[in-house]
Amino acid sequence: MAVAASMAVEERSAQTRMALPSRFGEKAFEWLTLAMALAVVVLVILIGWQLWHGSSLAIRKFGFHFLTTSTWDPVAEQFGALPFIYGTLVSSLIALLIAVPLSIATAAYLTELAPLWIRQPLVSLIEMLAAIPSVILGLWGIFVMIPWLREYPFPLLKRFLGWTPFFTGPMYGPSMLAGGIIIAIMILPIITSFSREILRSVPDLQREAAYALGATRWEATRIAVLSYAKKGLFGAVILGLGRALGETMAVTMVIGNTPQIAASLFQPGYTLASVIANEFTEATTDIYLQALFEIGLVLFGVTILVNLLAQLLLRTITTTSATRAVQ
Amino acid sequence: MTKLQKPKILGLVLALGLSASASAQMMINGAGATFPYPIYSRWFDEYAKVDPSVRFNYQSIGSGGGQKQILAQTVDFGASDGPMSDDNLAKAPGKIFHIPTVAGADVVAYNLAGNPALKLDADTIAGIFLGKITKWNDPKITALNAGVNLPDREIIVVHRSDGSGTTYIWTDYLSKISPEWKRKVGTNTSVNWPTGIGGKGNEGVAGQIKQTPGALGYVELIYAIQNKMPYAEVRNSAGTFVKPSLESITAAMATAQIPDDFRFSITNAPGADSYPICGATWLLVYQQQKDPTKGKKLVEFLKWALTKGEDMAKQLDYAPLPAELRDRVLKRVDEIKT
Repeated sequence: MAVAASMAVEERSAQTRMALPSRFGEKAFEWLTLAMALAVVVLVILIGWQLWHGSSLAIRKFGFHFLTTSTWDPVAEQFGALPFIYGTLVSSLIALLIAVPLSIATAAYLTELAPLWIRQPLVSLIEMLAAIPSVILGLWGIFVMIPWLREYPFPLLKRFLGWTPFFTGPMYGPSMLAGGIIIAIMILPIITSFSREILRSVPDLQREAAYALGATRWEATRIAVLSYAKKGLFGAVILGLGRALGETMAVTMVIGNTPQIAASLFQPGYTLASVIANEFTEATTDIYLQALFEIGLVLFGVTILVNLLAQLLLRTITTTSATRAVQ
Repeated sequence: MTKLQKPKILGLVLALGLSASASAQMMINGAGATFPYPIYSRWFDEYAKVDPSVRFNYQSIGSGGGQKQILAQTVDFGASDGPMSDDNLAKAPGKIFHIPTVAGADVVAYNLAGNPALKLDADTIAGIFLGKITKWNDPKITALNAGVNLPDREIIVVHRSDGSGTTYIWTDYLSKISPEWKRKVGTNTSVNWPTGIGGKGNEGVAGQIKQTPGALGYVELIYAIQNKMPYAEVRNSAGTFVKPSLESITAAMATAQIPDDFRFSITNAPGADSYPICGATWLLVYQQQKDPTKGKKLVEFLKWALTKGEDMAKQLDYAPLPAELRDRVLKRVDEIKT
């Protein structure tokens, strides 16, 4: 009773507030949101500056060679980041190649095809996958995934694709490919969830128009839904890529942690994030610590660069399709 | 009902908060090595019963962090699995004492069908880790293991990928026994490995070994004991094959040359009973304590740890210091000024 009364009072006061919009509140809201938005920008700049500052010694000592040399020797204090940059890019690329088709297909099934009773359980399951801590995934990777990969998929890949340089040489288990697969599992839920939201926001009018033209279910999904949502789906993939580039713990546990550049995906690799996680706690000399800071700076730069490239790619894709539509 | 209970709970929370602040304890902060963390936390628990007026807060952030924090004087004591370098000691605002507490060993663990007992020596271990011995049935290995049927299989070397005191002991040993290793690789908490794959932490290395037939790597003795992994006997500098055990580690500390600043290495120690791949862990404290009351409490604790505490070491699979070394360290603790 009392609760209902107080709610009524609140409702009334809300109405009076609505009736007399205060200019101050409006301005305050505008400034507040602006400050929040700026805070993000400032934070990014501060992080960049801090990384730069923390690695100034290493930057001065190694200069540009830091990015182009492959030796990582804490004893001789020679540091080069190339194998880590390579490992980060390649493992993320493998992850995207696996996760993107799977996620978008899953999202399309969930929004376009799946019967209602199956949707909710599936969605919850996928979201649960995102909740698994990465260290748990890593342990699962060591004890379940790697032995299985070494037993079945790796020999098959070697047999059928062994003529390419990517699937040759000995198969230890911990490898670039295993790292890519574990990242794929980790970014799958993100890309799927975002893609699902995007596909759901495609107006039903689109689908109805396609069906009206006599399109089959597949044609309607392809032309009216996926193509319409292309830009949004691309955004979902970029978010997944951002996560993939920075993924640390699970990758470290299965990638083999060897700073080398090998064409074969069966060979162990190393990523930027992994080397920081591995070596930061026990690094005692200044130049060693600074080199690890510089690795952080490089990861920061790689992430920004890859995102910029992706934005650029997105713009080219959307403008060309727009001109095609006009033509 | 629930509404009525709320004030009660609030009152309880308030009361608890008050009682906690009423019995304010002295807090002694430390940070550093992860290897001795289980025994240190046991010591702190037990010591709380001996002297309830002090509480210890130890963060196992790694030896590098421990050295940095003691240099920056943000903690009352540091902890490290390797002695501090001359460069780092020169940065300290005062004299830092190295107080050895317990020791551990690295064992050579492997995955071979049937878990045969293996014997290895310095040459074979260095050869395997330099990538020169690549097969299990290499003549150098079979010569040491007469009667063991070793397969014609590639040896998959597994090492730690994270910087660690375990790697420090391992590479310190290899540098002592192999001039080539010393020249090409050297000693550190992480190095530029000539061969092998890296696993994160003892659990990572152990996991890779268990899951990969033909794998060989090094893990802490404690870890191998607790996970029942097979590990090799290693020939020491006196020429005898020694099984890694708490006794053979303590034996190595008893025979090793230990300098007065206690920045010692006990790898490849002389003596027929010494296991050759082991190392100690240290607490780092300033000789001149800034806070006299805190300093006094810290000294009391160190004395307790080096006597009563040492007796607990074996229960937790750590090797205690030999009696003679213990007496020398206790004398050093007496030199701490408060």
